[in-house]
Amino acid sequence: MSDKKVLIANAQGFWGDSMLGPLRLIEEGPVDYLTFDYLAEITMSIMQKARMKDQNLGYATDFVKLVGRIIKTCKEKNIKIIANAGGVNPKGCLAAIQQIIRNQNISGVKIGIVEGDDIMGNLSELIASGEKFTNLDTGAGIDTIRDRIGSANVYIGAKPIADALAQGADIVVTGRASDPSLVLAPLIYEFGWSMEDYDKLAAGTIMGHTIECGPQCTGGNYTHWRDVPDMARIGYPIVEASADGSFVITKHDNTGGLVNVETVTSQLLYELGDPKNYLGPDCIADFTSIQIAQDGPNRVKISGIKGRAPTPTYKVSMSYANGYKILSTLSISGPDAIEKAHVLADMVFKRMAMHGAPVAEENRFLELFGTNVLYKGIVPSPEQPHEILMRIGAKGSDAKKLDILGTEIAPLLTSGPPGITGFAGGRARATEIVGYWPALIDKTKVVTRVTVEEV
Amino acid sequence: MAKVKLMDIAIARSGDKGDGSNVGVMARSAELYAFLEQKLTAAVVKDFFKDICKGDVVRYEIPNLRALNFILSNSLGGGGTETLITDAQGKVHGLAMLHMEIDVPDHLLP
Repeated sequence: MSDKKVLIANAQGFWGDSMLGPLRLIEEGPVDYLTFDYLAEITMSIMQKARMKDQNLGYATDFVKLVGRIIKTCKEKNIKIIANAGGVNPKGCLAAIQQIIRNQNISGVKIGIVEGDDIMGNLSELIASGEKFTNLDTGAGIDTIRDRIGSANVYIGAKPIADALAQGADIVVTGRASDPSLVLAPLIYEFGWSMEDYDKLAAGTIMGHTIECGPQCTGGNYTHWRDVPDMARIGYPIVEASADGSFVITKHDNTGGLVNVETVTSQLLYELGDPKNYLGPDCIADFTSIQIAQDGPNRVKISGIKGRAPTPTYKVSMSYANGYKILSTLSISGPDAIEKAHVLADMVFKRMAMHGAPVAEENRFLELFGTNVLYKGIVPSPEQPHEILMRIGAKGSDAKKLDILGTEIAPLLTSGPPGITGFAGGRARATEIVGYWPALIDKTKVVTRVTVEEV
Repeated sequence: MAKVKLMDIAIARSGDKGDGSNVGVMARSAELYAFLEQKLTAAVVKDFFKDICKGDVVRYEIPNLRALNFILSNSLGGGGTETLITDAQGKVHGLAMLHMEIDVPDHLLP
């Protein structure tokens, strides 16, 4: 047991990541598990809307397509798949995967789903039972959004995923499992880690944190990007985990990218809060205990991680309807590009008022890209940029009225100052603002269910 | 002493935390970490980002990673889904930080 290594790769760092990730990982070298991380905060509400339109949808459809492309090789090589692709409809995702596997005349694949994270259906009961769902960031009460909630999901932990693996699942699909759980779960299963062994659970959590954004730990988004070879073929990250909780971050041989202490540490720091208290559903991980060292070319070893017992609550992510926004862009050349942009913006908002759709000052948005919007106050702004991109927008409660902004952009070319171009792609339309509401829930109120079915 | 950019002695990465961002800064040597721990205070960072960060700056030390982690609250114009600003997730705040000019003793320079 002591020499056993488990190889876990991240194949998708987010919904929209390159499809080449999983396709290459299964061909370019050894791997035991592929993990797919699809769910960002707002993704659940997008899926909720998809499901409202079609009962069979509400999951990451990309994932089903990918399974279709990799399942044959994964079966041959015994590579298991773990994905939080189930969104608000893990059962629908399961059915779609079964279908795509059957279509290829492949059988003997066991698919597990984990449910119980979706608390949208019993929010009223939970509130009645004493759950406050106070906004963790603002302290606001749930009453302020109660009738506008679009989705409500608990960030569940690794145990039910490990249970599905123990029941023989080759593919495990979850709803809103916490991102690191996808990596921690196979280690609990493979090494028989106890759910009270907090140092190991913390190690597995930090493994998950390190690879959950795909190649962002193998040289992507690295300050010294010129040192990173062949970024087009950047290797997706692989954790080589040992039973004692130590691990190596690496990538397949002959891939692009760079794994060194700096590229890995960069990702350890990504979206980090208090490093001593990294809260997860299964433990609290302490980033100040991490020991990190180079362990050969493109190999970084991490060990010494300490953890503590988790809190008695799970994190909850809710989304809610919070009005509408619209954004359009236009290119403006000099001279006097900045002055002309302000004239144009003024024209747009005056014309919206003439249409009977005035926009209050505080709901107007104007950003002149090229005047130092990203580094505001940090580097000197150009006084006379030769070209700028006007990003003009508005927020409001009436989508139809906001849509008028989209109709008054192209006319600026013929009725405003000269040197305006770059209007393409049709009229912008208002989109719903999906508010994000982080909260907590008592762990005893959440019941997860595991189902494993064979195709 | 030599005036250098933080980019010459450290690396950085940033991301979003609600309506705030985090900026992780890693020194390129242990000596430089000890130096930055003294110089790169929360107050210095707040002043540097004063036109971007409308809230407080909190600093955490991670000496084992030679890193400092800064939380810049109220720095994303309302947060990921609410705002219309280009950098809605604070993706470039890390590289922004590395533009800071800092006086470094010659013997610490790479």
